[in-house]
Amino acid sequence: MAKVAIMSYIRRKSLVHELTGTTKLVFFLLWSVAAMVTYDTRVLLCMLAGSYAIFKISKVRFREVRFVLGLAAVFLLMNNLFVYLFSPEYGVGLYGSRTVLLTIAGPYTITLEQLFYHFNMTMKVVCVVPVALLFIACTDPSEFAASLAGIGVSYRIGYSVSLALRYIPDVQRDFTNISQAQQARGIELSGKDKFWTRIKNSAAILLPLVLSSLNRIETVSNAMELRGFGKKAKRTWYVQRKFQKKDWIAMGLAVAIIALDLLITFWDGSRYYNPFIG
Amino acid sequence: MNSPIISFQDFGFQYTAQAEPTLYGINLDIYPGEKVLVAGSSGSGKSTVASCINGLIPFAYPGQSTGKLLVDGKEVKESSIFEMSRTVGTVLQDTDGQFIGLTVGEDIAFALENECVDQEQMKLTVDEVSRLVDIDHHLQHAPHELSGGQKQRVSLAGVMVDEVKVLLFDEPLANLDPAAGKNTIELIEKVQERTEAAVIIIEHRLEDVLWRSVDRIVLMHEGRIVADQKPEELLCSSLLTEHGIREPLYLTALKYAGVTVTPGMRPAHVNSLLLSDEQKEMVKTWYQSEARSQVTPGKAEPLLQVEHLTFGYQQGKNTLEDIDFTVHKGEMISIVGRNGAGKSTLAKLVCGFELPVSGRILLEGRDLANDTIRERAERIGYVMQNPNQMISKPMIWDEVELALLKTEMTEEERRERVEETLKICGLYPFRKWPVSALSYGQKKRVTIASILVCRPQILILDEPTAGQDYFHYTEIMEFLVELNRQGYTILMVTHDMHLMLEYTPRAIVFSEGKLLADTSAAHVLNSPSLVEKANLKETSLYTLSVSCGIEDPQAFTERFIGYERKEAR
Repeated sequence: MAKVAIMSYIRRKSLVHELTGTTKLVFFLLWSVAAMVTYDTRVLLCMLAGSYAIFKISKVRFREVRFVLGLAAVFLLMNNLFVYLFSPEYGVGLYGSRTVLLTIAGPYTITLEQLFYHFNMTMKVVCVVPVALLFIACTDPSEFAASLAGIGVSYRIGYSVSLALRYIPDVQRDFTNISQAQQARGIELSGKDKFWTRIKNSAAILLPLVLSSLNRIETVSNAMELRGFGKKAKRTWYVQRKFQKKDWIAMGLAVAIIALDLLITFWDGSRYYNPFIG
Repeated sequence: MNSPIISFQDFGFQYTAQAEPTLYGINLDIYPGEKVLVAGSSGSGKSTVASCINGLIPFAYPGQSTGKLLVDGKEVKESSIFEMSRTVGTVLQDTDGQFIGLTVGEDIAFALENECVDQEQMKLTVDEVSRLVDIDHHLQHAPHELSGGQKQRVSLAGVMVDEVKVLLFDEPLANLDPAAGKNTIELIEKVQERTEAAVIIIEHRLEDVLWRSVDRIVLMHEGRIVADQKPEELLCSSLLTEHGIREPLYLTALKYAGVTVTPGMRPAHVNSLLLSDEQKEMVKTWYQSEARSQVTPGKAEPLLQVEHLTFGYQQGKNTLEDIDFTVHKGEMISIVGRNGAGKSTLAKLVCGFELPVSGRILLEGRDLANDTIRERAERIGYVMQNPNQMISKPMIWDEVELALLKTEMTEEERRERVEETLKICGLYPFRKWPVSALSYGQKKRVTIASILVCRPQILILDEPTAGQDYFHYTEIMEFLVELNRQGYTILMVTHDMHLMLEYTPRAIVFSEGKLLADTSAAHVLNSPSLVEKANLKETSLYTLSVSCGIEDPQAFTERFIGYERKEAR
């Protein structure tokens, strides 16, 4: 069967892999907050360098995550486009000056300020995406539930993530089987049919798929209850790794980064680093 | 005598959603260390009994119960499903569906995690239990890397971590190939010796369970217990056959030969069976008097030819390698072999769902390489194992008509074709019914009808009788025989040795992607080396004929089948 999984765990030996899931999750969350809060270009540039460094340390190769990165780039581009279409003068208001580079039509001009705003906005995403990717690519799926529980999320929610990971391949296999059998009866999903027919055709695959998935859910929920799931307010985890010195260091680093980030960003009373009014 | 671990006292149960009770007046005591087989046909209430014992009833499936049910001395109604799970460990039928963890180790540890057991202790217990069920070398493996039998071992280990007092197996053999089923029965015995738990096996495949001895057989029919006896006694009566359970083949053979089976002959197992010289002589005489069944049909013209077919899902790893065989018009063939041997892949290649790396598939001498799935489907019909995965319309008529909507046929022509097909499949009286009102076996017919409506020349069926009791098994198979008689060529992928022996003269055996044998079914099952390589199981007829001193076990088997088919008519 063709590998449909877009993003999955990449087993490798690296410092990033060796951290516990909880550490990686905390680091990722703090890192995201840090990037979201600041519009300070200097901070963002530093974080970008940091992002790149972590990516190198993880030993994940670029081509292994190429597809997801591409996807992120497309979304980022669209995001930029819409921001520009709806408020082409946002940067001007923000930075308090107006340096017109080019006039397109009507209200749409390109100003240096607007460009700088877009640059910062893009940087924020570029800083976060690699870290988010690494969290997924370097955390053993078995550890997800435990790491969520580690930051205080209810284990029931954590475990449903784990179950989804467990059953997605099965459902994919069901889907392949069902759609092949339906194709044999003339139900095509791709190609020449009209859009509306294709929608109707996909219902022919969805009905059996939903029914068989419901069956799976009943079986697994019975199996879980029969083995005492949900009996106690807490549970332990077979795969959870012990916190080591490097975990504490990584977490400390994350806290330091966000503290420094806040400090530099709000030093002069504004989230925005403004090179225009010197 | 110590007190029973499970005690049904005049117990009855009715599901909330149903109009009639499912169980009536059940009286049954099971003692610690006992091994009990609960047998019965579909709808006999045996699965409901299992759900009562593990607490799914009343905690997951509500309903009205009467009388008393005590588990470990406690009234179930006043307990909870969690408390029950400490006493009763259940291995469910669906080996794949009940696998909860992402790896073997996690799955085994699941119950311990819920108990908040410390991680170090947990690892020790998992190691110990996994060694006991012989899965300790696979702790890091994901479920899709395991065979059905291995998954079942994991499930068993997962309930054993709790040191339960009762081990409950709900149709443990349903999803396994014959050899894996045999191993399961051996494993259950080994585990019971170590743990001294009471073992309850719910199963309708009697002969396979009796591979290792059981203390008692509880026979159920329509919600009642009709027999609760030692196997030796029950096997000598006619109760089993009367209630839709197939008795072991060797006993049927003895009865055909006129031998009266008594408990003293130790009939529970073919290897323990004691036959006097006189009785052996009776078997021999019967054998010589029967004509050998006709297994060599006149060679018809070739219909489907597979030539040097090679295929792999991943590069460099072939699922099928250099497969060569020819199917003639009007044949009925079994395709057998262990799980993952490439049987289903072969079916997919023939249907065009996958494309071969090399080799050709010819239909009536024409290469199919350039035909689409749709074009092939007009001549080769494929019926999946699980009808619920095929049926996509709520009404029977619409479901059967579906494939015709894409053709050039007029409405009138379509109506005629659907009516005709429904008649062939015995579904005409139900033509206006919704699919949901049908039984599993009837749904299976609907799926066959929905394929037959295109009038294919070949039907390929994946496990046509999986999970069916003897009655429904016979019903489906007789239907297929009838289709075969009408000229349809039929290929079946199966694990069922009885099916292969009784219904298909020819068998194609796969092992690890290679075609191992292409010969008569009786020959396959009477050849120990083939049986072993393909993970099959020799029939008890083979053992019986050897112990009676018959030189040609294959001929004996063929005669038995011939006699049986004659009797059936």
